[in-house]
Amino acid sequence: MSPAVTSAVVEVKGITKAFPGVLANDDISFDVRPGEVHSLLGENGAGKSTLMGILSGIQTPDSGGILVDGEPVRIDSPRKALDIGIGTVYQHSTLIPALTVLQNLMLGDSGKLLLDAASARARLEEFGALLGVDVDPEARAADLALGRQQQVEIIKALWRGSRLLILDEPTSMLTPQAVDELYTVLARLKADGLATIFITHKLHEAVSLGDRISVLRRGRMVGTLDAAAVSSTPPDKLEEIVIEMMFGSAAADLADVGELRVGLGEAEAVEAHARATKAAVGEPLLELAGVAAPGEGTDPGVADIDLVVHEGEVVGVAGVDGNGQRALAEAISGQRRLTAGEIRLFGAPVDRLNVLKREKLGLRYLTDDRIGEGIVGSLSISLNLFLKRIGQAPYWRYGSIRRGTIDARAEELCEQFDVRAPGVETRAGTLSGGNMQKVLLARELSFGAKVVVFHKPTYGLDLKTTLGVREMIRQMRDGKAALVISTDLDELLEVSDRIVVLSRGRLVGEAEPGPGAAERIGGMMIGDVSLSLAGAGAEGTE
Amino acid sequence: MSTVPGNELLTEVEVPNRAGDRSGAVGKAIDTVIRSLVPVLLALVAGGVLLLILGHNPFAFYSSVWEHGAQNKAWQESAKRMAPLLLIAVGLIIAFRANIWNLGYNGQFLLSAAIISGLAPSLVNDLPLGLAFLILFVVAGLVGAIWTIVPALLKAFYDTNEIITTLMMSFIGVGLAQILIKGPFQDPSVNIAQTKVLELDKMLPHIPGTKVHIGVLVALAAAVVVYFAISRTSFGLKVDVLGANPRAARHVGIQVKQLIITSFFFSGLLIGLAAAADILGVWGYIRANWNPAYGDTVIPFVFLARLNPLVVIPFIAFFAVLSTGGTLATQEVGLPTDFLLVLVALILLFMTVIEFLGRRRSLGQSYLTNGLREALRLPGRKKDGAAAEAGETPKKVAR
Ligand SMILES: Nc1ncnc2c1ncn2[C@@H]1O[C@H](COP(=O)(O)OP(=O)(O)OP(=O)(O)O)[C@@H](O)[C@H]1O
Ligand SMILES: [Mg+2]
Repeated sequence: MSPAVTSAVVEVKGITKAFPGVLANDDISFDVRPGEVHSLLGENGAGKSTLMGILSGIQTPDSGGILVDGEPVRIDSPRKALDIGIGTVYQHSTLIPALTVLQNLMLGDSGKLLLDAASARARLEEFGALLGVDVDPEARAADLALGRQQQVEIIKALWRGSRLLILDEPTSMLTPQAVDELYTVLARLKADGLATIFITHKLHEAVSLGDRISVLRRGRMVGTLDAAAVSSTPPDKLEEIVIEMMFGSAAADLADVGELRVGLGEAEAVEAHARATKAAVGEPLLELAGVAAPGEGTDPGVADIDLVVHEGEVVGVAGVDGNGQRALAEAISGQRRLTAGEIRLFGAPVDRLNVLKREKLGLRYLTDDRIGEGIVGSLSISLNLFLKRIGQAPYWRYGSIRRGTIDARAEELCEQFDVRAPGVETRAGTLSGGNMQKVLLARELSFGAKVVVFHKPTYGLDLKTTLGVREMIRQMRDGKAALVISTDLDELLEVSDRIVVLSRGRLVGEAEPGPGAAERIGGMMIGDVSLSLAGAGAEGTE
Repeated sequence: MSTVPGNELLTEVEVPNRAGDRSGAVGKAIDTVIRSLVPVLLALVAGGVLLLILGHNPFAFYSSVWEHGAQNKAWQESAKRMAPLLLIAVGLIIAFRANIWNLGYNGQFLLSAAIISGLAPSLVNDLPLGLAFLILFVVAGLVGAIWTIVPALLKAFYDTNEIITTLMMSFIGVGLAQILIKGPFQDPSVNIAQTKVLELDKMLPHIPGTKVHIGVLVALAAAVVVYFAISRTSFGLKVDVLGANPRAARHVGIQVKQLIITSFFFSGLLIGLAAAADILGVWGYIRANWNPAYGDTVIPFVFLARLNPLVVIPFIAFFAVLSTGGTLATQEVGLPTDFLLVLVALILLFMTVIEFLGRRRSLGQSYLTNGLREALRLPGRKKDGAAAEAGETPKKVAR
């Protein structure tokens, strides 16, 4: 082997990990070197998080070994991983919201009896200088923007001295500005000699950030593109190669490989939009008139929302995350009370109808908070598919559940929505993020859905699934209606007939996808919190 | 974004990342056995060691427990003891599954007991016996249920921590029971604070061929009915959703407030029935200073049975034998009967140890539902509870 391999900080050899019914990792070998970013890609459920779980001590492998600096180690607890110097940033924040940044960081010191705030503060300053970010140690974690929270997470992962940083889908919830900031931070860490594993579903990120690129497919390592290959291949070609690796021969079946690239250029998006068959717009199905709903916690409310979604129409709601998206979605679904205004569904007011009654009329809400409120992890996939129709015939009869009927229907749905799981009795909490989303989609889009509110419908989904979901949204034009709330402007440009812009809880403008739409919408979003969120991003350009 | 933090970790814990480590049904069965039986066995062993230290022969002691609790006719005493214990256990199971800590069982039980002890003597004389029992059971159930209403409403509408409210209502209930016994229900013919004693032939009838009253059958039937309700009805599924993920319950359109109130209601109802079975089947009267605190001893077994109303039956049977046989056995060797509570406490202790180890190793599922675990960790801070799952607990930040 070449000398480069021996210099790996962390090397994984022949790791195998089986869960009941799935081989999540099948004889995987893989390594990371100092001062490199190693991108890891793979479909939903390919086994990426499992592999990282093994490196960070959450999972123990069935067989195979881990070498750190060439020495075999056993990583049997998260603490051990930190001791060894492997820090992980999970997809969602793990900070304790009520504690300050400093307190959160000092949790990492809790092995010691006495906590030393002064030295912790100094250390935070050191990290701030290293990463080129400026974090207020006394700010409550809950009050930080997501991008900032993530920076704190990175510092937390590095807190005890780190040689490997694992980032599991770090960009899926971030604004473009925050992503830029993350890039800068990673570049600095790289210059400092840290090894990074970077998991993403976004090809262009993997390609532009990764020194090497590895691809997992169904638990197996498909291959690694080495540094020479990555640097000598043009990005376009590279993306094609990676797609081929990810989906194998199936990639060829996908009509247009170029379209697979999430983050389409605007021209392409416009083209995609034109391609979508635009059915005639019909009756108003969902109407909001002067709607106001309160915020919750740090999540702001909405006010003065006037919005109509017609039959056969897909309306997008653009905006920086945390500008009232959740309040808007929950007001429509019935989870949040209105403080003013009226919502009409099929022409009739629904203010007096609760969540269940609205749902029976055909209104669906695909939540953005899959784990928090979408699924019940301890229940089976079958039951999760039927949580919104508990007690309804033919799935319940004479007050008693008919498991046979439910399982049979659940199997059909899993087939139709391509949920990859050992069986419908699998606990939903064990599914990979993408498969959870497919379960939710199956639940919301079946059983007579007419008006669907999609809230961040594709975050964390792999390319193919993302395309599939967008196709499903476009199909809503066929006699139904959709409201798509997303922070991904490209996505909205691709699927919507119209886009409204939400800023600080109010609708501030509207645009139709077309030439220049992205700039106009971007402009409407500017002048709100996005500026202050992104403020730090500009200065970090080494 | 109040909801995002901690989600990833929530999955980590909620999802049997580790349970999955052992594959197949065999592994699961082993996990269950480890979880359920080991604490009991360890407690018995530790209790034995304690006996040795105190200068008693543990083998003699345990066989004496068995002799007085299960052999010959003694099993009948234990069976009778099972009635209130099982009804309370099943009542607690409903609440706990819904992520509701109904800790007001003592007040619910004693208030029901006092009221029917007061009503029974005249009712059984004025009405046909069967009808009188029916009315008394209904009244007992309703009293227990009504005593949950205040905590239920407070929790449903103001998200008030029910651990505190049920405990407070429990104190009030116990006090009120004493007032009733010393006041309106006082038997004027004695000078101890107690109610009139039911005549033996006016107590619950026995199961033919035994001396076991039919209240035991009521308890067993209740366990079966609740098992059915939990595993097959929509109520049961809603309760489980609420218990596992209250936000999901709201999202899928479950009427959370109503469900909280109903779960509380049935929980209290069953605890009230426990009082009727015990008073009408065994005691026939109540004294003002009587408080058997059945609920306290039942709680560990409810969790050992993982909140399953059928699985809890053998555990309750075990404890019934231990408590009836143990009472005599301790007297025999001159130990205070509190030694039995020590055994219960040891079971709890070993459960805690296994729960703790279970989080680090593959020891199957937790005894608690997620919701309950979080409620315990951070009382009153449900929203951020998930975050507390982060490897370290917030307590460690000494401030
Ligand atoms: N604790 C578990 N119990 C059972 N199965 C599990 C568990 N964790 C993961 N799996 C299964 O292992 C497979 C790999 O999951 P993993 O989370 O590693 O995928 P992933 O590549 O991270 O996917 P995604 O991109 O959707 O996050 C999936 O089929 C998943 O259902
Ligand atoms: Mg993953």
